[in-house]
Amino acid sequence: MSVDVHHAGAAPVRPEFEVEPSEAVTIGDVERPLSLAERIVNNESFQRLAILVVLIVVWEVYARWLHNSLLFPTFTETVQTFWRDIRSGVLLNRTATSLQTLAIGYAAGLACAAVFTTFAVASTIGTRILSTLTAMFNPLPAIALLPLALIWFGLGTPSLVFVIIHSVLWAVALNTLSGFRAVPETLRMSGRNMGLTGARYVGLILIPAAFPSILAGLKIGWAFAWRTLVAAELVFGVSSRSGGIGWYIFEARNDLDTATVFSGLLTVILIGLLVESVIFRAIEARTVNLWGMQR
Amino acid sequence: MTSDTNAPLLAVNGVTLQYKTPRHLVTATYRVDFSVHKGDRYVILGPSGCGKSTLLKAVGGFMKPVEGAIRIRGKEIVAPGPDRMMVFQEFEQLMPWKTVFQNVLFPMKVTRKFGRAEARERAEAAIAKVNLAKFRDVHPHMLSGGMKMRVAIARAMALEPDILLMDEPFAALDALTRRSMQQELLSLWEQLRFTVLFVTHSIEEAIIVGSRILVLSPHPGRVRAELDANHVDFGNIDQPEFGTLSKRIHDLLFADGHTRQAASA
Repeated sequence: MSVDVHHAGAAPVRPEFEVEPSEAVTIGDVERPLSLAERIVNNESFQRLAILVVLIVVWEVYARWLHNSLLFPTFTETVQTFWRDIRSGVLLNRTATSLQTLAIGYAAGLACAAVFTTFAVASTIGTRILSTLTAMFNPLPAIALLPLALIWFGLGTPSLVFVIIHSVLWAVALNTLSGFRAVPETLRMSGRNMGLTGARYVGLILIPAAFPSILAGLKIGWAFAWRTLVAAELVFGVSSRSGGIGWYIFEARNDLDTATVFSGLLTVILIGLLVESVIFRAIEARTVNLWGMQR
Repeated sequence: MTSDTNAPLLAVNGVTLQYKTPRHLVTATYRVDFSVHKGDRYVILGPSGCGKSTLLKAVGGFMKPVEGAIRIRGKEIVAPGPDRMMVFQEFEQLMPWKTVFQNVLFPMKVTRKFGRAEARERAEAAIAKVNLAKFRDVHPHMLSGGMKMRVAIARAMALEPDILLMDEPFAALDALTRRSMQQELLSLWEQLRFTVLFVTHSIEEAIIVGSRILVLSPHPGRVRAELDANHVDFGNIDQPEFGTLSKRIHDLLFADGHTRQAASA
């Protein structure tokens, strides 16, 4: 058969060839570092800061336009009040009281979660118990337990700690358990292949592998705890000697001192931001981000 | 006797394996016999679902035969252990929280088979052998599939197990990478002469990688043939003997099924 014969619609016959790839110099730089301006604009902290600045400007403009500091004080007014109370020590005292209670409650909640998760991981019946309890109590707002806590433990830190434990426990236990369950079978087998069993297997394979979920649980637990605490303090005010940040807000509201209410809220937000974007962010950067287990 | 040079390293005698799914009891293999000798590149080949991976898991100690016995150096296998290091198909076998170096070092650390300094040296050497020295301090998520597989192989080899168990290790790689990994595995074998038990469903891979090929029948897996493939590898991939062996295996795997289907029709 001759090569010139073409069927209708068939692709033409072309010669084969081999060439050396040309140098890719014509594109310019194959790789170049980004300029300083490009890097700053792409920086996450910079973007977050820019968003904050915009929000503050909107707040200030709106409050000035409204011109009613009883309803909506300006940003500058709020900051002035905030600064006044920081210097007088009131705000620091209140915050310290809150954080102390929070630390006790958070730690106790984590300890309970660890116990529950251990049982759940160790046995099927433990898993069933934990998932049933979580399904029951997770949707129950911690603050709804406060009246009961007051009856059981009275006015004081124990009641606050009780509701914080409730808010931390289920979120952390649920996340940790699902983290353990999500550890890939291959990774488990490769751990056992090395002869790891018992506590060494859990400590060296399961916990690091489940760490992204555990960390997510810790973050959620922290947010729940902080919220619950502020709300609880708003409800029953002073515990023993000094009140917390919730009490600071409540007091100011009674005096119709809206700027102080705002400065209290600002404090709540600032502490939330600090823990989230400094402490947890640092942990993430050193662990899950470095390991490529979270983007 | 273990001291007998003719005794097999690994002896599988009349092994029947069953596992349970939520609905069924599945018989994966039925009375399978084979033995692997020191220095073998022993390939288990069969269609998917013939129980070849289950067989490898049983050798790994992850499941017990319902019938028969598996012995390594004359001792019955009862649990997973570092004398039989496994290389899996999935990339998740590496620990994402450890660097390449730490991953390779880890089994030597936990088994305490070697001293600290020696373990580190062995890890460095193993990483260099699979050409990953430049990626020593990188975490696995930064590596390509082929590189992750090389880390897994280096990790298993650094521990110097009695036998290396490979469960379709190159199946998740692209065709070109797979080809170069097969080549690398063979050149590593040329240098170190380890014993490997290799599971695959690719006839071509079985012929290239294996020195001995066990052909299993479809579900449940039974021994169909044991063939010698020492004389064929990359060198004669274009020679007639490669094609002949390939055709022979192909017929063993498929012709049987067709005749049976025809008979039942």
